[in-house]
Amino acid sequence: MQIDVNEYKHENEYKELIENYAGKPESLLAIMQDIQKQYNYLPRLAISLISRHVGIPVSRVYAMASFYKAFSLTPKGRFVFRVCDGTACHIKNSETLLDQLQKSLGIKPGETTTDGMYSVETVNCLGACALAPVMVVNGKVYGKVSPGDLEGIIKEYGGQNHGYDNQGS
Amino acid sequence: MDMIIKAHDDRQTILVCCGTGCTANGARDVFNALQSKLKDHPDIEVLPVVKATGCNGWCEKGPLVRIIPRDITYCSVKAQDADEIVDKTLLEGILIKRLLYRDPVSKEHLASHHLTDFYRKQHKIALRNIGEIDPAQISDYLEREGYQALKKALQKMDSQEVIDTVKAAGLRGRGGGGFPAGNKWQACRNASGQEKYIICNGDEGDPGAFMDRSIMEGDPHTVIEGMILGAYAVGASHGYIYVRDEYDLAVQNLGQAIKDAHSHGYLGNRIMDSDFSFDIELVRGGGAFVCGEETALMASIEGRTGEPRDKYVYPTEKGLWGKPTVINNVETWANIPVIILHGAEAFAAVGTENSKGTKVFSLVGKVVNTGLVEVPMGTTLREIIYEIGGGVLKKRSFKAVQTGGPSGGCIPASLLDLPVDFDSLTEAGSMMGSGGLIVMDDHTCMVEVARYYVNFLAGESCGKCTPCREGIRALLEILTDICNGQGRMEDLQLMEDICLTMQEASLCALGRTAPNPVLSTLRYFRDEYIEHIKNHYCPAGVCRELTTFYIDPEKCTGCTLCVKQCSADAIKGEKKQVHTINESECIRCGECYRVCAFDAVQLGRRDHHEN
Ligand SMILES: Cc1cc2nc3c(=O)[nH]c(=O)nc-3n(C[C@H](O)[C@H](O)[C@H](O)COP(=O)(O)O)c2cc1C
Ligand code: FES
Repeated sequence: MQIDVNEYKHENEYKELIENYAGKPESLLAIMQDIQKQYNYLPRLAISLISRHVGIPVSRVYAMASFYKAFSLTPKGRFVFRVCDGTACHIKNSETLLDQLQKSLGIKPGETTTDGMYSVETVNCLGACALAPVMVVNGKVYGKVSPGDLEGIIKEYGGQNHGYDNQGS
Repeated sequence: MDMIIKAHDDRQTILVCCGTGCTANGARDVFNALQSKLKDHPDIEVLPVVKATGCNGWCEKGPLVRIIPRDITYCSVKAQDADEIVDKTLLEGILIKRLLYRDPVSKEHLASHHLTDFYRKQHKIALRNIGEIDPAQISDYLEREGYQALKKALQKMDSQEVIDTVKAAGLRGRGGGGFPAGNKWQACRNASGQEKYIICNGDEGDPGAFMDRSIMEGDPHTVIEGMILGAYAVGASHGYIYVRDEYDLAVQNLGQAIKDAHSHGYLGNRIMDSDFSFDIELVRGGGAFVCGEETALMASIEGRTGEPRDKYVYPTEKGLWGKPTVINNVETWANIPVIILHGAEAFAAVGTENSKGTKVFSLVGKVVNTGLVEVPMGTTLREIIYEIGGGVLKKRSFKAVQTGGPSGGCIPASLLDLPVDFDSLTEAGSMMGSGGLIVMDDHTCMVEVARYYVNFLAGESCGKCTPCREGIRALLEILTDICNGQGRMEDLQLMEDICLTMQEASLCALGRTAPNPVLSTLRYFRDEYIEHIKNHYCPAGVCRELTTFYIDPEKCTGCTLCVKQCSADAIKGEKKQVHTINESECIRCGECYRVCAFDAVQLGRRDHHEN
């Protein structure tokens, strides 16, 4: 369980987020959510800081992190393609979209490209079933996505080696 | 209850639906365009107010724009239409035909969604304000009888009377189980202890349902008022709303509503100058289906992993932090203010003998009108799907409707005249669940649907008890084999045995109801299983290992639609010439089969290597 040295640079930021909440067990979920939202994952250092703050062993914080889908222990990509695989989307062939994403980006649901640009995830019902199949990329919702549309959407985010690494960050 | 909102002193008001569905279709752009267009017209006498409203439920036709008090509804509006809407409709009173809803049967253009069958056949109680008010404005809610029920209760009713009213109304929980709400409240009121809690279950885990999201987004105050009434009835001083992680807009609107309720004196100390104090806190879920189960949800609020516990002792005795707790679903809470204000009798007049009132369904899948539908209990599936829903998409044949999500089952065409209530659905081998209604046509494979749900549950079972954890895994393996053409006839019996064990021995309702998708499809669609096993054939053309596609040269018109849709570039053909599918390139996604308007794409069988 080594802590990445880079994480120490953010130590004070983590602390600031964590100390918004009272040091009680029931603050745990909310603190973890804030950290996850800010950094797209739960840095190890943050986990040990949280553990100390709320008075719960690190092991239990890890248990929470692995139990709930909202959390990730590794950084997610800059662009997260979330494909809805709720029932309405499933029967309108959301799986084909996943296959295609895998073909274009080379990653399966739950994975992130090695350059840290893209992640693919599945979600259960985004509540826009009328527009099935639905996909969300960093908060932007795409409805009635056909396999034919997908290439264009990926390109919007600089996908398929269309020079996204020149843009810097 | 279907009144049309009164505009302030006859000013024209524009309502733009900004629910998730409409937003995905660009409602924000429409909203912004209208707003900036109206800035250019400071000299105009009419002063239209643009309001963002919650989800109308008619997502298919979004973005929706309504103009009141004239009651005009425009569908599929684009930002470019803003000028015309303001110039023509608002200033000159002319309807823009192109933006009106066209009835698919009569071909008539209808001026308002209130005139459509989709709307007229509904009966709105829980959804009474959705799409009619701006959820961010407490004044909108107050104009529509908001917090009147609370006032009535605090001034004229003691807490037992509130409970008696809910009991007499016959309100059953809308979160799935259908437990009588009044009885639950009574048990909590009777439980000893000073500290008691109220919880609103907004975890909405059913993948394919969004009733609760719409209510929380579109009418947050009704949920809050319901909870305050519940707290008054059982003597609770603190409440929680547990909202599913993905529901950002719901969190935002509920948060605003809690603040406003505070500043208006409906929440906090000495509510409306009475002795009664109550507060509500928002909790964001962590994203786990099992957390919708009440004991798991409470564990989650307490800051633990969401594992259910056995309910020897009910939460009304020992719930959150071991204290007596009432937990109800969002829609259940939304009904409470109406029951208290208008009385038990009015509520109980709607519905069936044992299921009173209405139920909100999220009607989705292969149906013409998708969206939220609220109908009296006892309405038949046929009425919901055909009269309100407009029938199956592309006039294909109806195969089944799935109700109750992963705990429910698939109901076949032969039961379309089933009046829908808690008991009839359970008898049919499904359940009400939270209200998902997913329509499936002949292009949906029932074996694959069963596999889909079991696969979903495999990811969601918390793993604490063996029958659920191992049972689901075994079912998934067998179903996957069948979908891949490796099933055996004995598997059918084996699955039934596994299901029986799970129903009997699982710790919580997740495991006990997990067999429903399997058992209901085995009961009504056994033939389809047998086709997969014996003939290695998937009649719906879904299971890839068992399917090939070819183009019937007699039927192909050479329209190139399938060529354009094929993401594998496996279809060759020029315009007006017969197309062909290159089998070695084909990934069998079935997109061509679905899009072809001439039935030219046909299903073939795959030669299966036995052994
Ligand atoms: C696996 C599982 C998931 C559930 N998910 C939900 C849910 O998402 N929303 C909900 O209101 N109830 C859900 N329930 C039902 C709750 O346990 C509980 O019965 C309900 O919140 C009580 O409220 P009601 O009486 O108003 O329906 C679920 C139950 C189980 C077993
Ligand atoms: S199933 Fe995908 S949005 Fe509902």
